[in-house]
Amino acid sequence: MNWQAISVIYKSEMLRTRNTLLQSIASPVISTCLYFVVFGSAIGSRIQTVGDIDGQGGVSYGVFIVPGLMMLSLLTQSISNASFGIYFPKFTGTIYEILSAPISFLEVIIGFVGAAATKSLIIGTIILITASFFVDLKIAHPLWMLSFFILTCVTFSLFGFIIGMWADNFEKLQLIPLLVITPLVFLGGSFYTIDMLPPLWQKISLLNPVLYLISGFRWSFFEISDVNHATSLLMVLAFLFICLGIVWWMFRSGYKLRQ
Amino acid sequence: MSTIVSIQNLCKTYDSGHQALKNINLDIKAGEIIALLGPNGAGKTTLISTICGIVTPTSGTVTVGGFDNIKQYRKTRSMIGLVPQELTLGAFEQVANTLAFSRGLFGKKPNPDYIEKLLKQLSLWDKKDSPLMRLSGGMKRRVLIGKALSHQPDILFLDEPTAGVDVELRKDMWHLVSELRESGVTIILTTHYIEEAEEIADRVGVINNGELLLVEEKTDLMQKLGSKELSIELRQAITTIPDSLSNYDLRLSADGTRLIYSYDVKSERTGITKLLQLINSAGLQLKDLHTSQSSLEEIFVNLVQQDKKPVEKAS
Ligand SMILES: Nc1ncnc2c1ncn2[C@@H]1O[C@H](COP(=O)(O)OP(=O)(O)OP(=O)(O)O)[C@@H](O)[C@H]1O
Ligand SMILES: [Mg+2]
Repeated sequence: MNWQAISVIYKSEMLRTRNTLLQSIASPVISTCLYFVVFGSAIGSRIQTVGDIDGQGGVSYGVFIVPGLMMLSLLTQSISNASFGIYFPKFTGTIYEILSAPISFLEVIIGFVGAAATKSLIIGTIILITASFFVDLKIAHPLWMLSFFILTCVTFSLFGFIIGMWADNFEKLQLIPLLVITPLVFLGGSFYTIDMLPPLWQKISLLNPVLYLISGFRWSFFEISDVNHATSLLMVLAFLFICLGIVWWMFRSGYKLRQ
Repeated sequence: MSTIVSIQNLCKTYDSGHQALKNINLDIKAGEIIALLGPNGAGKTTLISTICGIVTPTSGTVTVGGFDNIKQYRKTRSMIGLVPQELTLGAFEQVANTLAFSRGLFGKKPNPDYIEKLLKQLSLWDKKDSPLMRLSGGMKRRVLIGKALSHQPDILFLDEPTAGVDVELRKDMWHLVSELRESGVTIILTTHYIEEAEEIADRVGVINNGELLLVEEKTDLMQKLGSKELSIELRQAITTIPDSLSNYDLRLSADGTRLIYSYDVKSERTGITKLLQLINSAGLQLKDLHTSQSSLEEIFVNLVQQDKKPVEKAS
């Protein structure tokens, strides 16, 4: 293993965040605050409690949306950070250096994906801290919460890396996050439990992979979930392995990197 | 001298179907400076990129220091430093950091002292904290050289190092190149400028259309292909060349004051002494004599044009 290379890639990616600190860190904080003002306070004050329908014991709406909000940011940030991280050197041509260095594809991935996942972990933590200023948060299953937290960051950073490898223009880079991820997150129960939906939409929602993620993550906080938390974990792991498979294939074929 | 890079039957056809390299065979000796000359699109960058591992060859092999550049890429790549043709650099990174980054990529432990020495050598020390986007083109070129040297490679590839570089910097660069060579670094550079090859290379390879037309010691090449001209200035202008000189390949200048004799430097007898005697006995008075040798440029243009003819026929 070329540990020096992994470490310099990781550090330079983290440095890039520092150079765009405002954009990277401040924007999730601001948007979280906005969500809290709009959903938590303005609308949420009209909503009694959520999740006590089948006797799971409800929580106030402001508290309820915290895990969903975190997931929303984790997914979009992981994808955009990782995809941009690998796309940018391709775009400027500086990728030549990585291609000519004694470094394996695996090491490149650990460097880029590791940095993107770290950023997401930091952002998630900041959101959690910000949220705790607004509401009283309790985490029922810290270990599960941490597992979902870390797995999501890693999996979606890997997914972002794949998008960054695939994209050959800025449009494509934005396309998937915008057209696929954002709707899936919003429709995946970030702001509601699916039993608030009509029966047909409940069934359709079960096809949304992001639902499992949010549900499992929320369960680790309040033991309120749409689906079993073990199923959720399996879904995240399945998605992680799909991403690993795609990356392995990209590596084997030298996909879009070497002519 | 031992061979450090060995290229065998190397072919590259891009996905577009364009055949950029056609069966290239070349051995590069340790410690030499070899210049690859060729017009735009000849395949110079493709050849370099294939050796460095950026382009995958369609067929053929490349070994560096005895290691296969695909199977044992870690070994081969850590021996190589590459200065690319384009000014490809990030924007926000600082000069010193970007050199340290390159060094790390190549698996070397950080060494701020060496980076400092390198930056000073490249006259970039006062810019060490500047973001890359604030540098001039010439400075960026030097940063790229610094990046390539940051991991102390044994082999340095310079892809058109003097494009967009002023006279001063070019001089500095050749100074650096000869210093590197003295420290044992093998240098492969590409260029369009013949004078450059003539000035610093030990050997010259000419590439055109994906084919390596020849590789020769620079001095041999100039001797082999170069013909010399002897220009004989006369005191009085003449209108015709005397019959007694008809055995020689002579030309008369337009104003009639100069006889130009072309001869092959390869032949043992140039016949110059005899010619001068004959000129004397024809009653012509000599004013001055001088010789000139065709430059690499002319040799090069000749070669490439010869090479073009069959291609035009084929297409
Ligand atoms: N990625 C690519 N895909 C398809 N064709 C390519 C690619 N890169 C280069 N070529 C083609 O291969 C040929 C050789 O290109 P190359 O860049 O090696 O030339 P060069 O000798 O370096 O030229 P120059 O002096 O202009 O830098 C050209 O005809 C070019 O169009
Ligand atoms: Mg080129």
